[in-house]
Amino acid sequence: MTSMLTTPTRLRKSREASETRFKWFGRGAIALSLAFLVFMVGSIILQGKGALTTSEIAVTVDLSADNIDPNDIEATSFDSLMKKSLRETFPEVTSRGDKRKLYGLLSVDLGFELRDQIIADPSLLGGPQKLWFTASDDADLVLSGTVDRNLDEENRRMSDLEISWLETLEQSDSTNREFNTKFFTNGDSREPELAGILSALMGSILTLSVCFFVSFPIAILAAIYLEEFAPKNRLSQFIEVNINNLAAVPSIVFGLLGLAMLLNTFGLPRSTPLVGGLVLSLMTLPTIIIAARASLRAVPPSIREAALGMGASPVQATFHHVAPLALPGILTGTIVGMAQALGETAPLLMIGMVAFIADVPSSIVEPAAALPVQIFLWADASERAFVEKTSAAIIVLLVFLVLMNLMAIYLRKKFEKRF
Amino acid sequence: MFTKTLSISAVALATAVAAPAFADRDQIKIVGSSTVFPFATTVAERFGKNTEFKTPVVESTGSGGGLKLFCAGTGEEHPDITNASRRIKSSEVELCAENGITDIVEAQIGYDGIVFANSKESDQLDLTLQEIFLALAKDVPTADGGVEPNPYTSWNQINPALPALKIEVMGPPPTSGTRDAFLELAMEGGCDEFEAIKAMSKDDHKAICHTIREDGAFVEAGENDNLIVQKLQANPAAFGIFGFSFLEQNSDSVQGSKINGVSPTFDDIATGDYPVSRSLFFYVKKDHVDVVPGINEFLAEFTSEDAWGEDGYLADKGLIPMQDDERKEWKASITGLNNLSM
Repeated sequence: MTSMLTTPTRLRKSREASETRFKWFGRGAIALSLAFLVFMVGSIILQGKGALTTSEIAVTVDLSADNIDPNDIEATSFDSLMKKSLRETFPEVTSRGDKRKLYGLLSVDLGFELRDQIIADPSLLGGPQKLWFTASDDADLVLSGTVDRNLDEENRRMSDLEISWLETLEQSDSTNREFNTKFFTNGDSREPELAGILSALMGSILTLSVCFFVSFPIAILAAIYLEEFAPKNRLSQFIEVNINNLAAVPSIVFGLLGLAMLLNTFGLPRSTPLVGGLVLSLMTLPTIIIAARASLRAVPPSIREAALGMGASPVQATFHHVAPLALPGILTGTIVGMAQALGETAPLLMIGMVAFIADVPSSIVEPAAALPVQIFLWADASERAFVEKTSAAIIVLLVFLVLMNLMAIYLRKKFEKRF
Repeated sequence: MFTKTLSISAVALATAVAAPAFADRDQIKIVGSSTVFPFATTVAERFGKNTEFKTPVVESTGSGGGLKLFCAGTGEEHPDITNASRRIKSSEVELCAENGITDIVEAQIGYDGIVFANSKESDQLDLTLQEIFLALAKDVPTADGGVEPNPYTSWNQINPALPALKIEVMGPPPTSGTRDAFLELAMEGGCDEFEAIKAMSKDDHKAICHTIREDGAFVEAGENDNLIVQKLQANPAAFGIFGFSFLEQNSDSVQGSKINGVSPTFDDIATGDYPVSRSLFFYVKKDHVDVVPGINEFLAEFTSEDAWGEDGYLADKGLIPMQDDERKEWKASITGLNNLSM
């Protein structure tokens, strides 16, 4: 009798132990992946936050009529005026080499910045004004503390002399750190202090729009036909297998196809969102078709049968009843496919979108870069200040992705129907 | 709702495809070397800001890839200018000629040094080209005139004066122009110091001088030079091969080894005393000069003293300028649109 009781207890204990073990393994796996995620996002944010602020240096500029003709502002040589003002701030600088170093404290855009400030506020004209200008990347690295100013002179790019100027400026309250709006309003630049993400962001948005408007209608028509109307025979099976395979083809292959077909045969313009979007839509098509077919299949057959029973034609049944119910799933699949496309660089490499493009594109036939491409290019640049720009661009890309996923969740919730 | 979405997308698709994509190109297109990329983009950006013309589009395709695109034909779908971190080859000139491009303007813009660097936590080395060759070659010559697989595993086996460190070098992959230049200048230079190898047939000579060991002492670290710099910081015993501008930007953490007694400094690369330096070029399609607006002005900007001069902004970006008289000659040749002569 005792043996009858103990055996089940032992069995039960061992089953319970295995369940507990499994639960802990599962929790461990989740904790580990969370730790990776936190580490990755954390290190990117820590590195990228530097790019969100920028250093400014104040210089007193004499804007009297001697230097600027109030009636013809554009005729002024703003660069030389700025250089003169810098020399007046540090009158002890005389040698040619030192003067160059002095001008190097400010960004190369100093003349343009002065002109823009005057045009924005003509009332500045008439006398000396203390105005703020963007500091150069080297000066910014010292002011922000990224480069240790106590290192030996030969171990850093800025000389002792340049650092002493920066310290003089700091003591006279002529340096300032500010939120870096330029990062969001400028296009790409070779000067890290001027480089911005806008051209790449616009490029990504335009490319994805083309990708969406091409792949979404085609994929949905294909999915609806295959799922609702196509006869089930060898041919449709063959097509199905091929679509599934297509979804697993490495993206670089689509890039090569785009190069051969779109650029060389059709002669579409290189480096443009139009070509980029078409190539990415080839990649996204199978993903959307598969998701759309799965969600069409998940619509209960009773809906279809009821519609047909009420006298609706098959097309009416599909478009009035089945497709709307499948829409949340289709949209989710679409957005997942688009999010994948957002992160692609390999196919864009082949069609010339890995390029330096300073102007912000305004149409799909103008040359444009894309966010992942921008990250790739900045990660490859030698200037130290591009390290933090790279991380900041990654943050922008991640935010973009999160927004797209949130949209997917919102659309699913909005259109979802439960039975 | 559903059919509406569908028809809107269909209309948008139709307009997208039918959009008049082929207006005359009014923007210069540049392709080519990733080494020249930072310099070409800097000039392009200034050019775009200071003139009425659009900022040229600069693609980083590598020297070989750039020349291939460049030589594919004339017309607005083909690039106007290609950058190269080596001189154009005669095979590429022939390819161009086959496609109707016979008038090419050659432009040398300056020099680039290739450095052999390690972390500042370790000592600076003083190497000869021969020692670099012995450390990195797959096969090395023996005393009796033959060759044997590279037996060296640490630096002091090559020369007792060098530290007893394991040979561990990170460098660019074969697709990189930096690798080509390193093979040609450093490896071949060191290799030719052996009389026995110099006397070999051209093919054998190239096979020995241009083959890097594959037993793990040389690690291909990818095209990204920043990555090599980071790895050197993490591993003070390792050495890396990369362009001079990365050494200059990271002078707080890495140092360049002396080669044949010369440190890789700005001045010594410019005078040619540092042995591992190469010339950088770009090539212009003459047929495009008066068709695509701004090419003459772009060439003028590139060859201005403000840009490629000794104190020019390209020097700030790490380009090593040519000597005064060289610059003068090249400027005359470039702005005069002289044809390339091989």
